[in-house]
Amino acid sequence: MNHHFTLPNSGHHYDAKASKMGMWLFLYTELLLFGGLFLVYMVYRSLNQDAFLLASFNLNVWIGTANTVVLLTSSMTVAMSISALQKGDSKKSILLLWLTILAALIFLVVKYFEWSSKFEHGLFPGMDHFNQLPNGEKLYFNLYFFMTGLHGLHVIVGGIFIMVVVAKIKSGKVNKSRYQLLENSGLYWHLVDLIWIYLFPLFYLIH
Amino acid sequence: MTSIATQQINYLNVKKGIWSWLFTLDHKRIGLMYLYAIGAFFLVGVTLGIFMRLELFNPGRDIMEAKTYNQVFTLHGVIMIFLFIIPSIPAVFGNFFLPIMLGTDDVSLPRLNLMSWWLYIIGALFALSTLVFGGGPADTGWTFYAPYSVKTGTNVSMSVMAAFVLGFSSILTGLNFIVTIHRLRTPGMTFNKMPLFAWGLYATSWIQVLATPVIGITLLMIVVERVFGIGLFDPSMGGDPILYQHLFWIYSHPAVYIMALPAMGVVSEIIPTFSQRTIFGYKPIAYSSMAIAFVGYFVWGHHMFTSGMSGSAAIIFSILTFLVAIPTAIKVFNWLATLYKGSIDIKVPLLFALAFIFNFLIGGLTGLVVGALAVDVHVHDTYFVVGHFHYVMFGGAGFAFFGALHYWFPKMWGKMYNMTRAYVAFGFLFIGFNILYFPMLILGIMGMPRRYYDYLPQFHTLNQISTIGSWILVVGLLLMIYNLIAGYRKGPKATGNPWNGMTLEWQTDSPPPLHNFDKMPELPEGGPYNYPNAKSQ
Repeated sequence: MNHHFTLPNSGHHYDAKASKMGMWLFLYTELLLFGGLFLVYMVYRSLNQDAFLLASFNLNVWIGTANTVVLLTSSMTVAMSISALQKGDSKKSILLLWLTILAALIFLVVKYFEWSSKFEHGLFPGMDHFNQLPNGEKLYFNLYFFMTGLHGLHVIVGGIFIMVVVAKIKSGKVNKSRYQLLENSGLYWHLVDLIWIYLFPLFYLIH
Repeated sequence: MTSIATQQINYLNVKKGIWSWLFTLDHKRIGLMYLYAIGAFFLVGVTLGIFMRLELFNPGRDIMEAKTYNQVFTLHGVIMIFLFIIPSIPAVFGNFFLPIMLGTDDVSLPRLNLMSWWLYIIGALFALSTLVFGGGPADTGWTFYAPYSVKTGTNVSMSVMAAFVLGFSSILTGLNFIVTIHRLRTPGMTFNKMPLFAWGLYATSWIQVLATPVIGITLLMIVVERVFGIGLFDPSMGGDPILYQHLFWIYSHPAVYIMALPAMGVVSEIIPTFSQRTIFGYKPIAYSSMAIAFVGYFVWGHHMFTSGMSGSAAIIFSILTFLVAIPTAIKVFNWLATLYKGSIDIKVPLLFALAFIFNFLIGGLTGLVVGALAVDVHVHDTYFVVGHFHYVMFGGAGFAFFGALHYWFPKMWGKMYNMTRAYVAFGFLFIGFNILYFPMLILGIMGMPRRYYDYLPQFHTLNQISTIGSWILVVGLLLMIYNLIAGYRKGPKATGNPWNGMTLEWQTDSPPPLHNFDKMPELPEGGPYNYPNAKSQ
């Protein structure tokens, strides 16, 4: 008698605003996740100011700067990709997404070499040189590896997310009128970028 | 008419087979799957609790060693907190009824909803896997305090990962509810015309989204510390164990309101229905949920008065703790005012709601006792605290869960349970509960510390009374479960609106059709509790 009745406010309709709202809420949770680490960093930095400063000289500011530039550029390309799709140019949109993924890869490769040099100097927890450090410097490196490691994980997840979106643009599921998934991946990518914007000064720049 | 009615397609019979359940996107089926899983883990938690009470029947060793006892109370805590109370009302009744009460056919993000159920199951398997693998279940207490949690040989890492995954599940449920409430209310239903259960869930969801990540990262730090041997919280390596306690309670105190607010929402539904009277003070009840959620963020320090904290910080935390009592009391007064001069029909759901108020009152007032600085120093880590939180969590949230089960049972399965048997079960539960936990309050004042498998001889009698209470409670529990299962299998058919409720879920069939409504639901004029045939003074 009523087989095709559908409510006007059905949860099965495509709802870009709901999807966007969900993404923003998720971003809050990510901020709070890193927020816990920022809090720990703040407490230990204030307790071990000199040791943190001394330890931070082991990092290369120029490499960090280069990676910051790479990530900022990738945030630009992902934003441009959204504009391109909104204007209906899916080819350009996909190209810009690949550029974003390329930037993510560059970031990770640079990070790999940065971490490797720390390993060579025995600065990873448990290694000889690390064990001889005073507690304050140990805490610095604990937090350095933990926070940049977790951030690196987010770079990987963000990159995979963008690849999924590339596939969906190709298959036409994400298109000019249904681009919320692309925008969500962009939002996520900006978050990854934003976290780095805070990590960079905390570990490389503060004197 | 009857032949059509019996063949009617509803969400239960529309598809058959296990796969149509495990991968369903229907919020009602997901709610039921949560119910079955949560119910199973609740029984595991109860069993562990019974073993603890048996061990405490006499001083000294009765049935288990000290270490086993430590593991049992930890697993009891982890299961009851993370697998039962936190998800209980939101994941079961929130999932099932939030969309129906808002007059829509699903949550906003159905696939995410299914994902959070799967995450719940994965987290549960993690928690149970510690029984078999790697050093046995954690023996740290559910708080996983560092540095012991970093050093003990038991399988803390897996227990902690379980809590992490379950937290993720909880976040996704909360996120989904917030979006659903913002996007899918039926035309004309403004925020101030939502049922109060939806308001309770709304406040809860914000806590889930904004507090859970903090414990996520804290627990991750424990895992990393154990795996890589770094010293974030280990004082011998420069870490600060007090900092762990802060981070832990920044989530875990708000989590208390994740457990309490949905329960208060349930009570706010049951009381107007069974007094057939408009809720007294709709807006104060709705907004006090938000107030509790907000103030709840700033009181975590009251768990740490004896841990070493500056005097001024402790005073501020204590004052803020007292503030929570205000919105809570506002709710209680409004519920009582709703009953006043109502046409009260004492059915079992109402009894559970009244038991909630009674138990929660004891739990809340003892909460003020432990929230007061000077007293807390003396009762900290005694059985007074154990009694207090069981009154709030089990006597409060647990009884509201049972109340919700009895209130919405006919809607969920389209059947009715035996009312007489339900009264008897309620009697056992209520009496057993109070015999079990009230002695703990006295024991705490007398100075019996918590978390030991042994005690001094002068505590013997009260411990025996408490253990006997646990047996009465179990009788009530088993009778209640039997009654509900029997009702589901052989109970008489329930009508669409057996309690004469006004909220939208009572406008559709019992059980509801696949998409909840076969015609447009009609909003009652003058708000969700405007009973037309209520006695006018």
